Amino acid sequence: MERIYKLLEQIVPNTDFKNAKDLVDSKILTSMNIVKLVAALNEEFDIEITPLHLIPENFNSVENIWELVQELDGE
Amino acid sequence: MKKTIIEYFESTVKKYPHNTAVADSDTLITYEALGDIAKNIACQIANQQIRKKPIALFMKRSAYLPAAMMSVLYSGNFYVVLDYESPQQRIEKILNTLSPAMIIYETEYQDVVDTFDDHILKFSFEKALETNQRDDRVIEKIQREATSGDPAYALFTSGSTGVPKGALLTNLNVISYIHWLINCFNINSNTVFGSQTSLYFSMSVSDFFGSMFTGAAYHIIPKAYFTFPAKLISFMDERKINTIYWVPSALGIVAKFDLFRYCLPKTLEKVLFAGEVMPVKYLNYWKKYLPDVLYANLFGPTETTDICSYYIVDREFEETQSLPIGVPCDNCELLLIDEDGKEILDDSIGELYVSSPFVASGYYCNQEKTNEAFVQNPLHNNYREIVYKTGDLVHKNKYGELEYVGRKDFQIKHLGYRIEPSEIETVLNTVDHVDLTVCLYDKEADRLLLAYESQKDLTSELNEASQNLLPQYMRPSEFHQFSIFPKNANGKIDRKEIVKTILEKK
Repeated sequence: MERIYKLLEQIVPNTDFKNAKDLVDSKILTSMNIVKLVAALNEEFDIEITPLHLIPENFNSVENIWELVQELDGE
Repeated sequence: MKKTIIEYFESTVKKYPHNTAVADSDTLITYEALGDIAKNIACQIANQQIRKKPIALFMKRSAYLPAAMMSVLYSGNFYVVLDYESPQQRIEKILNTLSPAMIIYETEYQDVVDTFDDHILKFSFEKALETNQRDDRVIEKIQREATSGDPAYALFTSGSTGVPKGALLTNLNVISYIHWLINCFNINSNTVFGSQTSLYFSMSVSDFFGSMFTGAAYHIIPKAYFTFPAKLISFMDERKINTIYWVPSALGIVAKFDLFRYCLPKTLEKVLFAGEVMPVKYLNYWKKYLPDVLYANLFGPTETTDICSYYIVDREFEETQSLPIGVPCDNCELLLIDEDGKEILDDSIGELYVSSPFVASGYYCNQEKTNEAFVQNPLHNNYREIVYKTGDLVHKNKYGELEYVGRKDFQIKHLGYRIEPSEIETVLNTVDHVDLTVCLYDKEADRLLLAYESQKDLTSELNEASQNLLPQYMRPSEFHQFSIFPKNANGKIDRKEIVKTILEKK
């Protein structure tokens, strides 16, 4: 999870990601940031996030993102 | 001949009462139901003794917004759809210009609406829906007195002075324009539109009124699907969408996420686009996966209702080429005028002027800007013929098709040369791993900047390409990487925001 915090911190600095539960709905993660984040996650964890995983539910909190990464890492 | 939009709509309701008229992800309204809602609310508006006045709509992008729009038309007034997401300051500027007689809003915006001028009648849409004041004699009387020249709506575009201008479109403008659209693309009661654009944007006129005139279905695709495209294709399949009319940036999202590698839309037949230059890279991606679909590049400003020229893609294009904007729409005369006001007959570049019943009445309550852009045909003085000066530079290619060159006011004068940013963009778009480029001019320092969309830092590649492919005076002096370009409310690339981001980085 720490690695995800680090990536997020680079993309959207100075945000309280620990407590955020609605990163997408509150527009902290804009479409611009999502593309950056997906590219960063793919590289950091050597996974392939496909368009089919691109639903708001997977990105609303750091926990959600972490679950997505773990799910894909197992494949 | 029918004289108003409402007369066309009534005939659609009579023919296809049970067809879907408008739908969003939660709500579906048939033509019969849409007519019933609109007539009821229209009577409530008419009871306030308002006629031929602007009525502002402050509502979400849902199936109810078109219902409010049709209500205003039935009432003999004209509507302005406000962008509830735009800064309050901009909304206030629009309201100042407009002085609407009434504002129809959804209760969730109560707080914002409360801050607006007290002289405006404030009307809750939800309350109006629940109240029944329908009286068909009132509707009939309004229709009897209406003329084709009555305004239907105003659309606000950003003015260079910072004050938004409201292009005023009449019933006749819409009828003439839609007549071309539905004949050219065979829009009919079997057409199912998947709409991407907001209803305060001129492109929405085509799919929305294209539906109202023919009995086609107007499905509103949620904006979020263009950020999270996983559900985009399944939504299109579920609704059996066969025709889309999107901005190129929205079509580009599909290419950027390589969505078609995972699933293809099953019912799509026509892909129309307009609003900004369509990168050939995106078009070729779509064509690769959906080769049998009709693709058409449409071109025009808000002031010609939506479109004045079009090109149906009928040949292959290389990424170094740009798509033509084609030939004039039926019932549109396009003039190419040089700097001395003379007509251009060869392939030189000139400004595009439009003479057509598509041409708007002017800008609402702005005589000065109206007179600047809506002018007497410069080629004669024999009778009054008002034409619209688009500010767009175009020229004819070897096929006799028009090609878009750029905005007259984007044209850069650098080192004594006249430069079209689009020319630089087309060349540098072809560099490997570059998704898209935007060329900007830093006036202060008199130099060219290039913003590019890519997941990789390509400064040296781009530098090399400009050395090899561009003359010295056209080479950008700085390159700025964006993993994705910022978009404005209409989904188009936001050049101002790009400049801001670059300046903030420094």
